[in-house]
Amino acid sequence: MIDRIVNFWRVVYVLMMARNKEFYRDRGVMIWSFLFPFLIVAAIGFAFSGGEQTVFTVGVYVPAAQADPDIPLLRESFIKHVTYDDFDQALDRLRNFQVDLLLSAEQPDYYWMNEGSPTSRAMERLFLAENGRAAMQRQTVTGQEIRYVDWVIPGVLGMNLMFGCLFGIGYVIVRYRKNGVLKRIQVTPVTPLQFLTAQVLSRLLVMVVVSVIIYAGCDLFLNFVMRGSYLDLIIVALLGIVAMIAFALIIASRTASEELANGLLNLATFPMLLLSEVWFSLDEAPNWLIFISQCLPLTHAVQAAREIMLNGAGLGSLMYHVWVLLAMSIVFLAAASVLFRWNEA
Amino acid sequence: MAPILEVKHLRKEYRTVVAVDDISFQIPTGVCFGLLGPNGAGKTTTIEMIEGITRPTGGEIFYKGKTRNREFSLQAGIQFQSTSIMEKLKAREILELFHGLYPKTLPMDELIELCDLEQLLEQDATKLSGGQKQRLMFALALINDPEIIFLDEPTSGLDPQARHNLWKLIERIKGRGKNVLLTTHYMEEAEILCDHLIIIDHGRIISEGSPKALLKQHFGYFYVCIDKTDMHIDIHQFEPGIKERNDHYEIQSQSVEDTLQRLIHEGVQLNSLRVRQPTLEDLFLKLTGHSLRD
Repeated sequence: MIDRIVNFWRVVYVLMMARNKEFYRDRGVMIWSFLFPFLIVAAIGFAFSGGEQTVFTVGVYVPAAQADPDIPLLRESFIKHVTYDDFDQALDRLRNFQVDLLLSAEQPDYYWMNEGSPTSRAMERLFLAENGRAAMQRQTVTGQEIRYVDWVIPGVLGMNLMFGCLFGIGYVIVRYRKNGVLKRIQVTPVTPLQFLTAQVLSRLLVMVVVSVIIYAGCDLFLNFVMRGSYLDLIIVALLGIVAMIAFALIIASRTASEELANGLLNLATFPMLLLSEVWFSLDEAPNWLIFISQCLPLTHAVQAAREIMLNGAGLGSLMYHVWVLLAMSIVFLAAASVLFRWNEA
Repeated sequence: MAPILEVKHLRKEYRTVVAVDDISFQIPTGVCFGLLGPNGAGKTTTIEMIEGITRPTGGEIFYKGKTRNREFSLQAGIQFQSTSIMEKLKAREILELFHGLYPKTLPMDELIELCDLEQLLEQDATKLSGGQKQRLMFALALINDPEIIFLDEPTSGLDPQARHNLWKLIERIKGRGKNVLLTTHYMEEAEILCDHLIIIDHGRIISEGSPKALLKQHFGYFYVCIDKTDMHIDIHQFEPGIKERNDHYEIQSQSVEDTLQRLIHEGVQLNSLRVRQPTLEDLFLKLTGHSLRD
């Protein structure tokens, strides 16, 4: 029994090392893996280095059963308003400077503002001028400003993981199938499980190393906000990587056509790029879009990472994302191992 | 003793063609067994069904009297007609990789010497020449010290020198008492290497036996060849034993002495005279009406 386990992992190890060598000796791929995310972050840092907000944003807390309240001030064109059905989430947005003023449909006499934010103070004066100071109960929060760059960093890191996992696994396996590497391995005693495990581990290792370097590099230039635990962040990243690699294994399970694989991989990455909150929040999106977003592994990785980095959330409060990512990993891996064929079906 | 490999009524249909049509044979222990036939005859399909790459449409395959199991994948050594290996790896690393995939292996030094790989070890495996790459692939087929070795067109596309080198290698492993199953469309290769042959055309076995026995069975004559320019007489008096080839006539002769005497008697110039034994190529032509190289 122990013999068999040792033998299993010995085979996985030699296959993984072969794949690692293939990766780090391919200069072009290596350089691109590091350069691409740096370029994106640099571009963002540059683009948003000036003042960014041109309008005021007012958050309105509306409990699930209630209808939107009619607040005259919100009809002004220079004010954007966002409704929240989670009061704590809305308060976090106020703390992070994403919302300038928070109102509640439940307590129409209260308002919340951020004392550290000049725009929040300006919005407060506007609001009180409209509604009369005496009638309103002032509540304050404090918090450090969250720049767009701070907000987008977890997204960019996640996006890089997504590209690295999907293309890094999908393309390689399809190429192996196309040029006969899989055929050669098929006639050795290697099982599909051993082969796939080796590929997953190799890519996992690569993505962790790449991500750590990019994280450190970006921090050096942008000094972004990180309020949570690094361990939690790494656990979320690992879960996200495994889920996305497993997703790529499904895409690469049968085809030997690089063109088809390319199309399928683009089809898989494009929705995640748009709907996984890499670049913008879906707080204001319609429910069906949010539902689609919740079906994508990247969404959970990015949302959890963002909670950890921006709000200092612990893993305990992010168990929803953890369970979803775990479940996705298991379902995708099971599907991939059932679907996998050495040669083109 | 049970044959090392037995194939019964093997059949493979693709959507529009029948690639292998009811092939049965037994490979006794300790021989080099050849599948000879032209391109497209069904040799590769047959060997890949035995290797487990292709699923047969029908028929049975037995290894040492049993259906193939894990033992087969541990004891079989396989070389494909064309394979790529992982990129960016040196020949040594490729050997080490495959060495690590088997529980029981041939010692690395022995393998390197056997396949003459010493000079190639530090080279990028994807950049080896055709003959060098085939030697490396041959080494991979031997790496688990297999009991049966499958070679699919091992010398196809190689220059004559590389081909002779590989033949020497195959002779060497035959000398170690290994069972070999090889496919080829070179009759010379089949004649030199194989103890037993089956000749395949259009997915069917058309003849079977040792190269010598096959030739003896089908030919009781030699070929006497003379260039057309030397043959000034009415060739039809040699009918039915004469055939026109590109630039010469070929006379089937039971007795070379008699044929020569007749030619001398007719006053034919003998400057271009050649006498040759029938080959497997002739046998194939005789059996199918078309050439191996078509």
